[in-house]
Amino acid sequence: MPLSSTTDTTPTDPQSQRGRTLIRIQNFNAWYGDFQALQDLTLDIPRHQVTAFIGPSGCGKSTLLKWINRMNDLTPGARAKGGISLLSDRPDEQTVDVDILDPNVDVVKLRRKIGIVFQKPNPFPKSIFDNVAFGPRLHLKTTKSELDELVEWALQKAAVWDEVKDRLQGPALGLSGGQQQRLCIARAIAMGPEVLLMDEPCSALDPASTLAIEDLMFELRSQYTIVVVTHNMQQASRCSDRTAFFFEGRLIESGETRKMFTNPDKNQTDDYVRGKFG
Amino acid sequence: MALPKALQEQDFKSTTTGMLSERLIVSCLALCALTTVLITVGIIYMLISQSVGFFSSDQITLREFVTGTEWTALQSKQLQQSKFGILPLLSGTLRVTTVAMLIALPLGLITAIYLSEFASPWIRSWLKPTLEIIAGVPTVVFGYFAILVISPSLQWFSGGGFATFNATSAGIAVGILCLPMVCSLSEDAMRAVPNSLREGAYGLGCTPYETAVKVVVPAAFSGIVSAFLLAFSRAIGETMIVALAAGTLPTFSADPTRQAQTMTGFIVEMIKSENEYGTVQHFSLYAVAVTLFAITFLMTLLGQMIRRRFQESYE
Repeated sequence: MPLSSTTDTTPTDPQSQRGRTLIRIQNFNAWYGDFQALQDLTLDIPRHQVTAFIGPSGCGKSTLLKWINRMNDLTPGARAKGGISLLSDRPDEQTVDVDILDPNVDVVKLRRKIGIVFQKPNPFPKSIFDNVAFGPRLHLKTTKSELDELVEWALQKAAVWDEVKDRLQGPALGLSGGQQQRLCIARAIAMGPEVLLMDEPCSALDPASTLAIEDLMFELRSQYTIVVVTHNMQQASRCSDRTAFFFEGRLIESGETRKMFTNPDKNQTDDYVRGKFG
Repeated sequence: MALPKALQEQDFKSTTTGMLSERLIVSCLALCALTTVLITVGIIYMLISQSVGFFSSDQITLREFVTGTEWTALQSKQLQQSKFGILPLLSGTLRVTTVAMLIALPLGLITAIYLSEFASPWIRSWLKPTLEIIAGVPTVVFGYFAILVISPSLQWFSGGGFATFNATSAGIAVGILCLPMVCSLSEDAMRAVPNSLREGAYGLGCTPYETAVKVVVPAAFSGIVSAFLLAFSRAIGETMIVALAAGTLPTFSADPTRQAQTMTGFIVEMIKSENEYGTVQHFSLYAVAVTLFAITFLMTLLGQMIRRRFQESYE
């Protein structure tokens, strides 16, 4: 059984966990067919922080994100070698909870733990309520009132409750782009994940909605571990704790966001964050 | 570097002739589009003007036509003895159509889900042409298939419970005929569902089956309903199979194991019969045709309403 439930049963104080490694990526390589998208990548992603993946188009940052919850299973020809593991909350930061790349891993359970929000808001053509209730209905035994409570909680967490509370039965596609994206975040949160992966979550949104989502990411990190892929350097500097810079399939540098943007170790990182290329 | 010669001379083609030919072309296009409208109007005019010959007869009342449970236009030679109640023909059509839909809708939809969501490209590459072969089989062949294969099989399975000509055999054959239509239109609707929705479902921990049933099918709902309604109209209007396999006795009943003359079946019989043009019996076929047209017209309207109600807009 590749998935144990230690993290589900042991209640932990999020603040004491903050900064400890949750996702460990070791010597990771990924291919699409014959094309090697990522080479020999090693990176730790800490709990309850926002980690930003930056780099020019085609640098492999989205590929890595999509391997973390195995979305790449759906892409024909996608292969990977190396290790990605979800660590348990023991203080040693060594005990592997889920070996994500294990072919026998239960991806349904994995994706319940690691939710994902996509580049373009993709609410289902159902009501607002049904969108948020979709995951819980699929995986949880709930009564009607428990479900109502859960939906309200998730919409509040995603900072969209006030805007939609009077039209929960209205169509989700009737919302604005920014509202749709926050609805998608609520939909992911309603599954009770530990990790939220966000693949350029603001690239289809206007500046005001972008700001709302960035604030939200900052809020949510107290409860979730967030990994965000972004093209927008200001966004990474504004809303992330740690930044990883990718270039041509390699991880060039990673570290505290402030350091990465002011005094990075590598010239290449400096050139990129200053906008000299990319 | 100097400008190329063509640009130096500034010798432009005249735009007025361009505008003129543009207008001419647009007019031609509009005319072609108008043709379909003219044809439809012509058909409706023909049906109504001919059925006037039926409804204006002293022997006929609209009330009897709509509520009468006997139809003996072909059976009795004397007009006075003939009964013109549409219900037997309507019940025949409904029996055949119901059986056809019971075959075509579930089988077509399930096949479409499989083709759109699960089948490998290799399986698709031979399953789709196979379905298209069914669509291309002449209906007269299906008629004989119903008489020679389906009917004897039903009799064998039921221990003689079915008549040789019966509504079920014809209905099954019509259902097989409609299957490719249901399947390919539903599949088109499902393939039009953006992949972002499938990703969203997988991201929430859906299995491929759950993704197909809980996300893709609901998202394609309006297209699937359109497919169903088109198939329904096709089944109601199907003629050759029912003329061959359903029987020629109009009975007002719901029993699918017996003979059933459908509305289309009657029209064929009447045209083949010795009733001359101008008799009320002959004109009765137009009254039946108007009824048939009205039903399919209502189906089309219903389809449009449902499409408008459920159509989701994706960017």
